[in-house]
Amino acid sequence: MKESLLEILRCPLDKHELELEDAEYADDENANEDEVVSGTLVCTECGERYPIEDGIPNLLPPDMREETPA
Amino acid sequence: MGLRDRRDIETDVYQPAEDSQLLAEAARDRLEASDRVLEVGTGSGYVADRIAEETDARVIAADLNPHAVRQARERGLETVRADLVSPFADGAFDAVLFNPPYLPTDPDNEWDDWMEAALSGGEDGRAVIDPFLERVGRVLAPDGVVYLLVSSLTGVDEVVERAGEEGFSAVAVADESFPFETLTVLELVR
Repeated sequence: MKESLLEILRCPLDKHELELEDAEYADDENANEDEVVSGTLVCTECGERYPIEDGIPNLLPPDMREETPA
Repeated sequence: MGLRDRRDIETDVYQPAEDSQLLAEAARDRLEASDRVLEVGTGSGYVADRIAEETDARVIAADLNPHAVRQARERGLETVRADLVSPFADGAFDAVLFNPPYLPTDPDNEWDDWMEAALSGGEDGRAVIDPFLERVGRVLAPDGVVYLLVSSLTGVDEVVERAGEEGFSAVAVADESFPFETLTVLELVR
């Protein structure tokens, strides 16, 4: 994900802002913006943690995170 | 093509069909390069990709399905795994697009896999559309617009009425008839 996406991402539970932790960036000099490949998004209010894997933030609420259909 | 026929083609991610194309073209003709756009339930990412390519708008592609967000990202899209609009900021988008699961489904005839989640709208076809209409207003900018694909199988009048209860007025901006259903793209504004 592009780092600027953070501006419009919120905690799905309480809609508070998220902070990026343990970010790893793609090594691409041609990109005009930093691409976050992995890391964790942490809610500044409730502390819930959301993983970023393979560049995709998983912002499902914790009870929906299973890899099986709803 | 019926639910069962569609299933046989692919089991994890809904692939572009007539409904995807109708939604992509109706939205493309009405969006601007400066818009920030969210596609909910992006599936393969086909609609989001066409909007990004053909309008230069910044497009975010979201889906509940992990296989779908991976396919959409492989197209080079910005993707988020999300339940409808729940992880997005208030007023973040100029437009939200959704080709929802809309086929009415007998509860005794369910498969419980990702393809069902992509197609089935529950017994009345509106099990996902109704919560979407309830929540989408929060993430729309003041002049924001929703482009929602609806089928005659789901009941366009019922969807328009429900949208009205959530404060939206609806206009049909595109439709296409098939032997088994008519597809309509609704433009919802407040």
